[in-house]
Parts: sequence; C-alpha cells; structure tokens
Amino acid sequence: MSESNAPAISNPVEYIQHHLGNMTHNGERPASLVDFSVFFVDTFVMSLILALAFAFAAWKVGKNLDPDKPTGMQNILETVVEFVNQQVKDIFPTADKWVGPLAITIFVWVALMNTMDIIPVDLIPSLVAGVAGVFGYDPHHVYWKAVPTTNLDTTFALALLVFGLIIFYNIKHKGLFGYMKVFATHPFSASNPIVKVLLFPINVVMTAIEEVAKPVSLGLRLFGNMFAGELLFLLIALLAFSYWAMPGQVVLGVLWSIFHILVILLQAFIFMLLTIVYLGLASQGTDEH
Amino acid sequence: MNVTATLIGQLIVFSILIWFIKAVLWEPVINTLEDRKKRIADGLAASEKGMKDQELAAENAKQAIKEAKQEAAEIIAQAKARDTQMIEEAKNKAVEEADRVIAGAQAEIDQEVNRAKDSLRTQVSSLAVAGASKILGKEVDANAHKAALKELIEQI
Repeated sequence: MSESNAPAISNPVEYIQHHLGNMTHNGERPASLVDFSVFFVDTFVMSLILALAFAFAAWKVGKNLDPDKPTGMQNILETVVEFVNQQVKDIFPTADKWVGPLAITIFVWVALMNTMDIIPVDLIPSLVAGVAGVFGYDPHHVYWKAVPTTNLDTTFALALLVFGLIIFYNIKHKGLFGYMKVFATHPFSASNPIVKVLLFPINVVMTAIEEVAKPVSLGLRLFGNMFAGELLFLLIALLAFSYWAMPGQVVLGVLWSIFHILVILLQAFIFMLLTIVYLGLASQGTDEH
Repeated sequence: MNVTATLIGQLIVFSILIWFIKAVLWEPVINTLEDRKKRIADGLAASEKGMKDQELAAENAKQAIKEAKQEAAEIIAQAKARDTQMIEEAKNKAVEEADRVIAGAQAEIDQEVNRAKDSLRTQVSSLAVAGASKILGKEVDANAHKAALKELIEQI
C-alpha cells in the first residue's frame, strides 16, 4: 500500500483521479456522459456481493424463523421489516404486497452499498490492485471504485425502476385515461372550457417535468451525497502527504467517518421514504386530486 | 460519473433482489409478526376471560354457600318443628293407650265380679236347700220351693 501511495500522494490530482476511475470490462474509459458500450465491473461486482450478502442473510433468517424466541440476525431483520412496514402503513393509502419488499430492498441494499464508504478509501482498491498484481497486471492501472452508490449507474438503476413503478401504479389505480387526465388538468385546473384548452399545454409540460423530476432527484440526491462523501474521504486521505499533517488526517477522518454514518443511513432512508411517497401518490384514485 | 451499461446490470440485480427478498424475508417475517401479534392478543384475551370466569365462579360459590346455609337453617327449623310434633303425638298416644288399658282392666274386673256373683247365686240356692234340709231333717224338694229360692237368689 505504501508503494502505491507514494507516487499518488506526490501527485494529488492523479491520486484522486485514480480513485474516481472505474474498472471497465475492456479497460476503456467511457467516451461520453452516457456510453452504453462500457460496463463498470467494480460497481457491479461490489453491489452484487452486497446484494448476495443481504439475500443470503434474508434466506438464512427466513428459512429458520423462530416465532417465539427470535435471536441474532432474526432480531435485526425483524426490526428492519417492522420499521419499513410501519413507514409503508403510515404513508401508503392502500394495501400493496410489493411496496414493502421494494422499500426494504432499497433501504438495506443502499445502506450496505453506502457503508462501503466507511471502509478506508485505499483498502479495497489496494487489495484489488494487489490481487491483480499477482495475476500479472500493472497495479497502477487497476482501477477500483469501491462504493457502488458513488456511481450514477446504481442510483439511476434504482430510480428508474421506481419511476417505472410510479407509472405502473398510476395506470393501475387511475386507469390509463385517468393518468392522462392528470397530465391535462394538473396542476392548473379551470372550469371554463376555453381556459382549459389554453392551460392544457402548460399542464402537460408541468406535470411531465414533475414526474421526470422524481427519478432524477432520487438518483442525483443519493449519488451527490455519496460522491461528495467519498471525495471528502479522498481529500482527507491526501493529508498523509507529510508527517506533520498526519494527526489532521486522523482527526478529520474520524470525525467525517462518524458523521458519514448518519449520511449513509439517512440517504438510504430518504430514498426508501420518497419511493413509498411517490408510489403512494401514484396509488391514489383520480378523485383525490 | 457516467451512465453506462452497468445501469442495466444493476436494474436486473435490483429486480431479482426485490423478488427474492419478498419471497424469503418479507412475507415470512410479516406473517410471523402478524401471527405473534395475534397470539399475544389471544393470550391477553384468554387471561382476561379467565379472570372474569374466576370472578364469576367466586360469585357463584358465594351464592351457593348462601343458599346452602339458608336451606340448612330451614331444615333445622323443620326438624325442630317435627321433633315437638312427634313428642306431642307420642304423648297423646301414650295417654290414649293408658286410657285403653285402664278401660280394659275395668271391664275385666266388672266381668269377674259378675261371674263371681253368678256362681255365688247358683251355690246360694243349693246351700239354702242343703241348710234347710239339715234343719228340717228331711229332704226338701227344691222344685217345691222354687219361688222362695228364686227370691233368695234375687236378694244377693
């Protein structure tokens, strides 16, 4: 680790850029902001490992549910399920068997992925680089971004599924025509037919923006928070450039880590809560508008 | 900071994870929690019912004891009444019996007297005849003096 750190610290820009680079399937960097020809292996593998860990814990607990004496992991997951279920019950207008599982998956998975931020910034990348070095790759050109939620792909994958579900729930509960009507008469409504026609294009644009803003804000909020947190960890890590700055690195690192625990859980919770709220709004009948 | 094909991979992982979590964690845990809630509610209801039952039973027991006491008092009173009645009856019967015995004895005595008188009467006539014949020195015909004898017997 000290070997790979030495040149990085001597060149802070390179150090940070290296840490913000992703491992892609072919070693190429994405050419533009949206480039579907590349695949980020690091993001996918990290999130997949965490998904599998959650799935395994869930399977293990779900298989041996003890109704009388819950212990260990069952206690934790029961608490989480109860907590999420309470949120769903408070917010969601109707009974729905998919919102709960969706919400708990978002909450736990996002929290787990965010938690990767707490792990020292150099630990996982250096580990991967070391392993890659054993297999004959140049460690300096092995990129590994350990936190999946500092990547737009992950946050937008979540947000897009939620967006799809918003549309689905809208059509399911309001009907296709009812959903269209929301676009035509919302947010400005009038009783005069001429005014109605005049307001129609404005309403369509406004509602479309409102709807699209939901997934965009969901995805960008999580991404922004986690990316900024990660960047701060990197900047704090840069304080290791000399011995006299080391105490500063330690103090700031501890403080930011502790504060970041809050951010990690809060962002996961906000993502889950907004998902329930959006789907709850989508599940209301037309007459309630 | 790019959107790439990873998005699709993440979408697939996310979708499968939701489905999996729903199947293995969410539904079993929710069922267990509901079940537990129901069982606790049932237990509380049962304990409340038990308490009410106990109260009712205590009330019933009190009532039963009260009734039994009342009955016992009644029985004792009845027994006392019957007791005095029986004594009275026995007394009456004894008096009756005594009267009867006395009357019987009296009748027997009377009968005995009459019988003694009768036998005395028959002996008196023969005695009188025998005395008279001794005095006169000759046989006396009882039939001849029938009227005189009869008069004598009548006097006894």
